Amino acid sequence: MTGGLGVPSRRNALAGTGALALVLLVVAPLMLSDFRLALLGKFICFAIVAVGIGIAWGRGGMLTLGQGVFFGIGGYAMAMHLKLADAELNGGSGVPDFMLLYGDGTVPGWWEPFRSPLFTLLAVVALPALLATALGLAIFKRRIKGAYFAILSQAMVAAFVVLLVGQQQTTGGTNGLNGFRSFFGYSLSDPANRLTLYYLAAGILVAAVALSAALQRSRFGELLVATRDAEERVRFLGYDPALVKTVAFALAAALAGVAGALFVPIVGIISPADIGVVPSIVFIVGVAVGGRAGLFGPVLGAIGVAWAETSLSEAFPSFWSYFQGALLIAVIALLPGGAASLVDRLRERATSPRRGASSPPAAGAAGTPAPAAAASTPADRPAEEVHP
Amino acid sequence: MSPQTVDVLGAPQDVATGLAAPVSLVVSGLRVQFGGFVAVSDASFDAHPGEVRFLIGPNGAGKTTCIDAITGLVRGTGSAKLGDDELLGRPVHRTARLGVGRTFQTASVFEEMSVLQNLDIAAGMNRRSAALLRPRRTVEPRIEAAAEQIGLAGSLEQRAGTLSHGQKQWLEIGMLLVQDARVLLLDEPVAGMSHDERTATGTLLQRIAEHRAVVVVEHDMDFMRRFATRVTVLHQGSVISEGSVAHVQADPRVQEVYLGSAATHGADPAEHEGATS
Ligand SMILES: Nc1ncnc2c1ncn2[C@@H]1O[C@H](COP(=O)(O)OP(=O)(O)OP(=O)(O)O)[C@@H](O)[C@H]1O
Ligand SMILES: [Mg+2]
Repeated sequence: MTGGLGVPSRRNALAGTGALALVLLVVAPLMLSDFRLALLGKFICFAIVAVGIGIAWGRGGMLTLGQGVFFGIGGYAMAMHLKLADAELNGGSGVPDFMLLYGDGTVPGWWEPFRSPLFTLLAVVALPALLATALGLAIFKRRIKGAYFAILSQAMVAAFVVLLVGQQQTTGGTNGLNGFRSFFGYSLSDPANRLTLYYLAAGILVAAVALSAALQRSRFGELLVATRDAEERVRFLGYDPALVKTVAFALAAALAGVAGALFVPIVGIISPADIGVVPSIVFIVGVAVGGRAGLFGPVLGAIGVAWAETSLSEAFPSFWSYFQGALLIAVIALLPGGAASLVDRLRERATSPRRGASSPPAAGAAGTPAPAAAASTPADRPAEEVHP
Repeated sequence: MSPQTVDVLGAPQDVATGLAAPVSLVVSGLRVQFGGFVAVSDASFDAHPGEVRFLIGPNGAGKTTCIDAITGLVRGTGSAKLGDDELLGRPVHRTARLGVGRTFQTASVFEEMSVLQNLDIAAGMNRRSAALLRPRRTVEPRIEAAAEQIGLAGSLEQRAGTLSHGQKQWLEIGMLLVQDARVLLLDEPVAGMSHDERTATGTLLQRIAEHRAVVVVEHDMDFMRRFATRVTVLHQGSVISEGSVAHVQADPRVQEVYLGSAATHGADPAEHEGATS
C-alpha cells in the first residue's frame, strides 16, 4: 500500500533507499574506474541538489530556476576555505595565489571567517538557508508564485553571476576558484582521499533521500502538498502558506549549498559557469525527467541526465544543449510526472490489462469519469487550485 | 464559567471540555465594494452559540461576500467582532486561528488526500511545529470523534475525491470541527443533497450549534424552516428583515423580494432550492 499523495510506503522507501546506498556505496566503487567514479561523484552532487528541488518543486510546487545561487554559495564558501587553508600550507603567506596575482595581495575582510573550518561548514548550510528564508518570506508573503516565481529565481541567479564576475580580485571572476591541494588537511592528489570524498558525497546523498522520505511522510509533507494543490484552502485552516513554502524552499537551498560544497573538492573548481542560468536550468531538467514528485525520480533523473550529457556531449558537442531543451519540453508536455510516472503507468497496465489494452494511457480518462482519471496520476500533477 | 488556559497560539481553551470557549459573532455595518460596485452596503447580523442562524436572500444578494469579508478573503469596512476581537483587516489565516471556520459554495476538500489526512490537516493549526515534523501514527481522539459525527468514521482511508457530494460537504464540516472553530460559516451546505442527507445535515448542525455559533447561507427554504433558530434576510447588500422563521416569512418586504425573484426565476421561494450553484 502507498501512503497516498504519491508517497511510497515505508517499506518501499526503505528498500529503495537501501538499494540506492548499495549501488552507490558498494557496487559503483567496485565496478567503476577512478575516473568514472570521480565523474559519478560529481553527478551525486547534482543529485543532492535534485533532492532539494524535488521537495521545493515536486512537493511544494515552487519551480525554482535559481538553485545555482545556493549551490554557488555553498561551493564558494568551501572554495574560499580551501584556498585559505592551501595558502597557509608549508608556512605560506596565508594569501590565496590568485589574490597575489590579480589583487593587492591582501585578503579581504569578508574572507577571513572562512579560515575557520567550523565556520565554513556552518556557512555551507546556513547561508543558503538564511538567504532562501529571507527571499521566500519576501516573495511568498506577496503571493508571488508560478511563472513569476520561476522568473524571479532565474533573475536572482543571473545577478549573482554578474556579481561574481565583476569581483575578479576577490572571487576569481570568470575563472572562479580552483587549484585546491588539500581538503581539511588531506591531500587531494591522494587517490585514497579522493575515494573517501566519493563515499562522503554518496553517503550524504543517501542521507538526503532518507530526509526527503521522512519529510514526505511527515505532517509537514502532507501540508506542503496541500499548499501546492490548494493554497487558498490551506489559509482558511489557519496556516500561512508563505511559511510552509519558505521552509521547503530553505531546505532545498541548504541541500544545494551542501552539494556545492562537495562539488568543489570533487571537481576541483567552482566558477560562474558551474552555477549560472544554464546549470540552474539543467538541475531542473534532471528532476523533470526523473519525476519531480517522487522520492527517487529527482535523484535518478539528475544522475541519468548528467551521465547522458557527458557521454553525448563528448560525441556531439553542439548537439547536447538542443537535445536537453527538447527533452525538457517533451517531458513537461507529454509526461508531466517524469519517468517515475511511466513506471506507475506500466505497473497499472500490468495489474489491469483490460483497461490498459482498451484505452491508450494518455486517454485513460476517455471512458472513465474524472475522479478515476485523477486517481491514476496521484500527486504527480498538481491539482487545479481551489478557488473559494 | 470554567477555568481557561491560553494555548501557544493565544486561542483561549476551555479546560473542562477541551473545546474553545463559545463566543458570539457580531457583524455591524459591513460594507464591501468591488471597484465601483457595492456588493454589500450595510449588513448587520449576529450569531450566538446555541443558535443556527440562517442568512438568506436571492442570488447576488451578497451572502457569500459577507462570509468572504468576515473571513478576510475580501476587504470590508464596518465591523465584525468575534467576542472582543475585531476580525476585519486580519489576514485569512489569522482569522481562522481566532476560531472562524468556513465552507465554500463548491465543496473544497483536498481531493487527493484521504479523509483522515483532510481531517488531520484541519486539526493541525494548534499543533506545535515539532509535531508537524513527525508522521501521524495514531488517529487523534478528536479526529475520530469528528469523523463519527459526520458519519465518515468508516471511511477514514478513503480518498476524499471519491466521496459522494454530500459526504464531501460533511467532511468540510468535520474539518471545521477538528479545527475547533468557534463560529462556523457554511455557504450552502446542503446544495445538491438528497432529502435524507439534508435532514442528517440539519440535525448535525443543531448538535454542533450547542457549543458554537453557526451561520448557514441557504436557498433551501424547507431546510431553513426546519432548522433555523433565527433568520437574516439580505437583499442587494443590505438586511431587509430579521427574526424567527415565522417573522421573516410574514414580512411583506421579504415576500416582495422573493416574489420579485420568483417572477424572474419562475419559481416559488420554497422551490428556489436547487436553482443555485
Ligand atoms: N470578486 C468580485 N468582484 C466583483 N463582483 C463580485 C465579486 N464577488 C461577488 N461579486 C458580486 O457581488 C454580488 C454579490 O455576490 P455574492 O456571491 O455575495 O452573492 P450571493 O448572495 O452569495 O449569491 P448566490 O446565492 O448566487 O451565491 C453579485 O452581484 C456578484 O456578482
Ligand atoms: Mg453565494
